[in-house]
Amino acid sequence: MAAEREPPPLGEGEQTDFRELEDGDDLFTSTVSTLESSPSSPEPASLPAEDISTKSNGPKAAELLLDDDREDLFAEATEEVSLDSPEREPILSPEPTPAITPVTPTALVMPRVDSHTMSIPSMFDRNQEEIEEEENGDMFDIQISVSDPEKVGDGMNAYMAYKVTTKTSLSMFSKNEFSVKRRFSDFLGLHSKLATKYMHIGYIVPPVPEKSIVGMTKVKVGKEDPSSAEFVEKRRSALERFLERTVKHPTLLQDPDLRQFLENSELPRAVSTQALSGAGILRMVNKAADAVNKMTIKMNESDAWFEEKQQQFENLDQQLRKLHTSVEALVCHRKELSANTAAFAKSAAMLGNSEDHTALSRALSQLAEVEEKIDQLHQEQAYADFYLFSELLSDYIRLISAVKGVFDQRIKCWQKWQDAQATLQKKREAEAKLQYANKPDKLQQAKEEIREWEAKVQQGERDFEQISKTIRKEVGRFERERVKDFKSVIVKYLESLVQTQQQVHLNLLPFCA
Amino acid sequence: MRSVSVDLNIDPSLQIDIPDALSERDKVKFTVRTKTTLPVFQKPEFLVTRQHEDFIWLHDTLVETEEYAGYIIPPAPPKPDFDAPREKMQKLGEGEGSMTKEEFLKMKQELEAEYLAVFKKTVAVHEVFLQRLTSHPAFSRDHNFQVFLEYDQDLSVRRKNAKEMFGGFFKSMVKSADEVLISGIKEVDDFFDQEKTFLVDYYNKIKDSTAKADRMTRSHKNVANDYIHVSACLCSLAIEESTALKKYLLSLAELFEKLRKVEGRVSSDEDLKLSELLRYYMRDIQAAKDLLYRRARSLADYENSNKALDKARLKSKDVQQAEKQQQDCCEKFELLSKSAKQELTSFKGRRVSAFRKNLIEMTELEIKHAKNNISLLQGCICLLKN
Repeated sequence: MAAEREPPPLGEGEQTDFRELEDGDDLFTSTVSTLESSPSSPEPASLPAEDISTKSNGPKAAELLLDDDREDLFAEATEEVSLDSPEREPILSPEPTPAITPVTPTALVMPRVDSHTMSIPSMFDRNQEEIEEEENGDMFDIQISVSDPEKVGDGMNAYMAYKVTTKTSLSMFSKNEFSVKRRFSDFLGLHSKLATKYMHIGYIVPPVPEKSIVGMTKVKVGKEDPSSAEFVEKRRSALERFLERTVKHPTLLQDPDLRQFLENSELPRAVSTQALSGAGILRMVNKAADAVNKMTIKMNESDAWFEEKQQQFENLDQQLRKLHTSVEALVCHRKELSANTAAFAKSAAMLGNSEDHTALSRALSQLAEVEEKIDQLHQEQAYADFYLFSELLSDYIRLISAVKGVFDQRIKCWQKWQDAQATLQKKREAEAKLQYANKPDKLQQAKEEIREWEAKVQQGERDFEQISKTIRKEVGRFERERVKDFKSVIVKYLESLVQTQQQVHLNLLPFCA
Repeated sequence: MRSVSVDLNIDPSLQIDIPDALSERDKVKFTVRTKTTLPVFQKPEFLVTRQHEDFIWLHDTLVETEEYAGYIIPPAPPKPDFDAPREKMQKLGEGEGSMTKEEFLKMKQELEAEYLAVFKKTVAVHEVFLQRLTSHPAFSRDHNFQVFLEYDQDLSVRRKNAKEMFGGFFKSMVKSADEVLISGIKEVDDFFDQEKTFLVDYYNKIKDSTAKADRMTRSHKNVANDYIHVSACLCSLAIEESTALKKYLLSLAELFEKLRKVEGRVSSDEDLKLSELLRYYMRDIQAAKDLLYRRARSLADYENSNKALDKARLKSKDVQQAEKQQQDCCEKFELLSKSAKQELTSFKGRRVSAFRKNLIEMTELEIKHAKNNISLLQGCICLLKN
């Protein structure tokens, strides 16, 4: 029946907003988000809000690294670009000039600097070819696997160590294949760093699994039961997906913390995450979002795209949650089916033993064997239901949470800009008053303050435009990934169902023979 | 369901079926139709309306009839029980707000089908009870049976009278006979010794299997119902979706809708051919056990009469009376044993063929359903990959 409701022919990415994002070009642009084209760009009207000249590389970069105050970061920009409001279509920038190495923007983009984790990225040696490779749509040659969960230590101080293996041909890594041991709090630490660095400027950081006191306690206590094995497997799988999604993201891939996580044999223990979970980080980063929501002044949205998208994500969130609930019920019932089939199989075997008619006794024993095999199949299917279908949905529910967070960050950014404008206005009024008060030093100070706040207003506007641009790109990327992900998982899931049915069929045949 | 007990209703001289039934608030009214060539009946074809209690009355009178002590009395049909689907229907009504309209309609359809299935099963089990009676040479000639089939008025008056007369005497005897049987009356006959061991053990095993099969069937049904909800959610998602994913989601929603119908059939086939089969033979085995109890009782009477005779001979008092008594008991016992042996042997034959027939049919159906699933799934995968 669905066939009659053929959706309008929608090629991929046919939405006007994202047409440009089909090309790999934009991916690279996102990497150099703050470095977009030099003033010699042929399309002056579509220049990005930010422009950091080549002069800001090198030593300046180092200076900036230690600067805690984000606002001053871009004050160093010596070249000003016309601040036309960004057009609907995301900007297509040409190839960046070779002098601009991709790494620097990352450094610039990270405003909140934990000096102890800051390391000068060694990505200066990334060459143009690699960059081009990456332009071709998230096809970075890097594969991550999380495997071999191992219990380390005893009692309540015990923890699970996971082996994180990276296979890559990217030259930003020192080797082609390497592995390290990481524990869960290391992953939480990495996620927290990435979220803190990138979410407030509009990047969607993939979600990390939640802490689970119940789950981990069982493991620590050393219960070797199937439920704790399941818990560890669920976690391992989720951690793997977290890393896989993170390295697929062109900007996050270049983050030094990520590289350190993947490469360094020893990591400083992420203590602060003991109290924080993935959701906790999101909450922290989005703290301002609550303040924003409580504001009576609604943002003057000049760009309907954001409103539409927000609504769309809200709907998607609701629908995914409903579907997730149904699938969880399915997993539960399928597990029950498996258990009940196993119980029946045992009962049928006993009945067969009890049966005094030889042929019937044999038939009942056969039935019992068949049912036993079928119960195994049901259990495997329940795993597929869960690991393929259910986990995909819960990943996306968390991802959408991150997306919503990023939208809220934009509102916060806008508010900051508005506040700067209000302050500037006040300063101007104050200066005007002082004009007639004959207090030259105060007047001088007022004039300085005005200059300061003018710069802040400009910065605020630039930031807002930048975050808007980044979000558009990120959303485009998210949508593409979502379509890809769902398609591939749906097909895998259906194949698992086929597999199960074929096995059931095979097992039933001899009974009828 | 008819296949649960084989070889019934083949004698043209007396054929019974329940062509129709009406479900009212608390009871079910069965239309019992008889087609006969026997002269004892007034017409060659006639209909009566009976309730479940009438069937129970008939069963009880058969149990109470001493002549039939050596037969396996076909088990009484269980009371029609619509509580489960009724409760579920109520719960569904309460949860209506949380589903889409289509989802709700489908769930409602499912519950209505469940209700119908319970209804059909209860009709079948009442029908089989009557058909067992017609296929038995002694029962088919029973006067009360004839009254049941023919009497065109309400039987409720008769039912009350019967209760007052017998007061369930035999029934209570049978219940406490458990101790008699197990308390180790010395069994001289190997056949009955083996039968006793077999039936007691088998009864416990088949009771367990019936319960487990029921649970397994219910789980299948739950999975099928879950597919309804998953399909509905996928539909809702697809409606909002504007990317290429829309087609995927719609195809998947459609697939789940088709799969759930197959899964539903798997569940109901399992129910009818496995669960109902086991349940029926569980009750039949109980009936066979009852026969053994009656025989054991008769043996006890026989042994007691022997002891009484010895005592009488010792005292030289009332010897003739005691001799007569002992003779009677001996005859009764031997008659009962002979008839019981026959009944138990043919019972085994019946059981084996019924099991064979149903298990093979069930497996064949499951194979068909698996094939069906495979083709549905592969069709969908093909569609999505292109």
